[in-house]
Amino acid sequence: MTTILDVQGVSKSFGGLKAVFEVSIDLEDGEILGIIGPNGAGKTTLFNMISGAIPADSGSITFDTTRIEHMKPHDIAGLGLVRTFQVVKPFAGLTIHENVLVGAFLRRQDPNEADEQAHKMMELTGLTPYAERSAQDVTLAIRKRLELARALATDPKVLLLDEVLAGLTPTEGVEMIDVVRSIRDSGVSVLIIEHVMAAIMALSDRIAVIHHGELLAIGVPASIVKDPRVVEAYLGEEFQIAPD
Amino acid sequence: MTKIMTLVQASSRDLYILVGVVFVLALLPLGVSPFLLSVGTSVLIFALAGVGWNVLSGFAGQFSFGHAAYFGLGSYTVAILLTKYSISPWIGLIAGGFVAAIFGLLVGWVSFRFGLKGAYFALATFAVAEMLRLTFNSIDYFGAGIGITIPLVDGDDWARIQFSDTRALHYWFALGLLAVSIVAVIAIKRSRIGSYMFAVREDEDAASALGIDPLRTKLIAISISGFITALAGGYFTLFFLFIDPDVVFGPLVSVAILLRPIVGGVGTIWGPVVGAAILSLLGELTRTLVREPPAFLSFLEGANGLDQVLFGFILIVMIIRAPDGVLGWFRRKREKGTE
Repeated sequence: MTTILDVQGVSKSFGGLKAVFEVSIDLEDGEILGIIGPNGAGKTTLFNMISGAIPADSGSITFDTTRIEHMKPHDIAGLGLVRTFQVVKPFAGLTIHENVLVGAFLRRQDPNEADEQAHKMMELTGLTPYAERSAQDVTLAIRKRLELARALATDPKVLLLDEVLAGLTPTEGVEMIDVVRSIRDSGVSVLIIEHVMAAIMALSDRIAVIHHGELLAIGVPASIVKDPRVVEAYLGEEFQIAPD
Repeated sequence: MTKIMTLVQASSRDLYILVGVVFVLALLPLGVSPFLLSVGTSVLIFALAGVGWNVLSGFAGQFSFGHAAYFGLGSYTVAILLTKYSISPWIGLIAGGFVAAIFGLLVGWVSFRFGLKGAYFALATFAVAEMLRLTFNSIDYFGAGIGITIPLVDGDDWARIQFSDTRALHYWFALGLLAVSIVAVIAIKRSRIGSYMFAVREDEDAASALGIDPLRTKLIAISISGFITALAGGYFTLFFLFIDPDVVFGPLVSVAILLRPIVGGVGTIWGPVVGAAILSLLGELTRTLVREPPAFLSFLEGANGLDQVLFGFILIVMIIRAPDGVLGWFRRKREKGTE
């Protein structure tokens, strides 16, 4: 396995607050790496730095072979590193189909090819029945899937998923997990922030735990839940991996 | 050729409407008075300017309150090239488009680069148009405050786009310009750049997360927008044969340009045309009402300026009732009907 995304010692302070301090993580090609940590631990800040939304104070971020820590979000997305937002940002005035089409145009000039790609991605994420609905008249679960479909339509190599399960019912969550799995199976590496513990333990190949802006531990789920530092800081008690 | 075919397939509905509308509008000059013909031509010119405004403000969501800048640049380019250098207005119209597009790039680069949005961008565009008006007012080369008069030529002169004998040709020419511009806008709506403009309008952060450069997208929008509005301005020169800074760069021109698409439907293909038609009908209606009121409204007769008040009142009611334009109002009615 080769490393597709290599984050080395990135830090970010807001005023006196060290939101992220010297965090290093690496994402292997074809891997699902989960990032967990309490609220305010710095997970989304880390995402914002990787996706270029905010500049890192220090450290390096390498995607494939390109240093991206000083690049703009749209250039990073252009390379194939695409994110979703925790607070979904649909293009509210457009239909679901038009939303996904925007993503599809990134690697396709021809409207018909883009259209084909958009329909494929809507099929994959179960959005086809809602294609002509306005993005502002659908439920949160649909908008979460839209966020994913739009990102997928850009043919990413790496997806950064920020809490795609938050706010979903258990059934919707299970469907979403299946979608994420099938995305990985199609060859996309996934970096995923998640609060729903059972889900992320079952889904991820490895887990990184962030606490107070620092990386506490990184490893396979089975070892993470046994790590005494993690148990103390975050899980509170020993955690049982959910049966697959 | 295949690209053209796919465009035709994908946008067939809009293109059919276009053919129908152009056909109907083309028949209109037959048998109407020269006055109405002149009103019609002027409606087409402002519809065209509105089509241009709509690309920047409707598609890309950057509200311009100063499109007189592009209108005026188009007007003056045609006028200067023709009167000072005897360059055909065919070239003048295109040149005016490019002057406006480049000027738009400049304005856009300065304002978007520094993150001007919403009301601040609108104010900046207003200031830019005023700046141009005052500049042209004080430079002799541009005719200063006196303006420029285009010498009248006898007969119908296609090279100079002047039709003294067949005034209807002016109407048809303006209709042709409008039709070509609408074809361009239909193509934009369906293409990648159109999709990107909508994305930037709706949410810039989400757009850039999908690989879209918002600055670049807005710059493309402002230059296309400026180009089309300058065509309208250039044709205005050829039709009215006289321009001065107030007539083409004045704030009322900016308002006239943005009012049409807003009344018709911002960000739609047909909004500017529908809006232009409604506004001119409304204007004529209120004017007639004050000039020759029906018996029960006879007290209105000769009340000068009242027509404007009435016009304004109806306009306010319309915008309250249909905040997303007449086309948006129809769409909402239809969606309610189907559900």
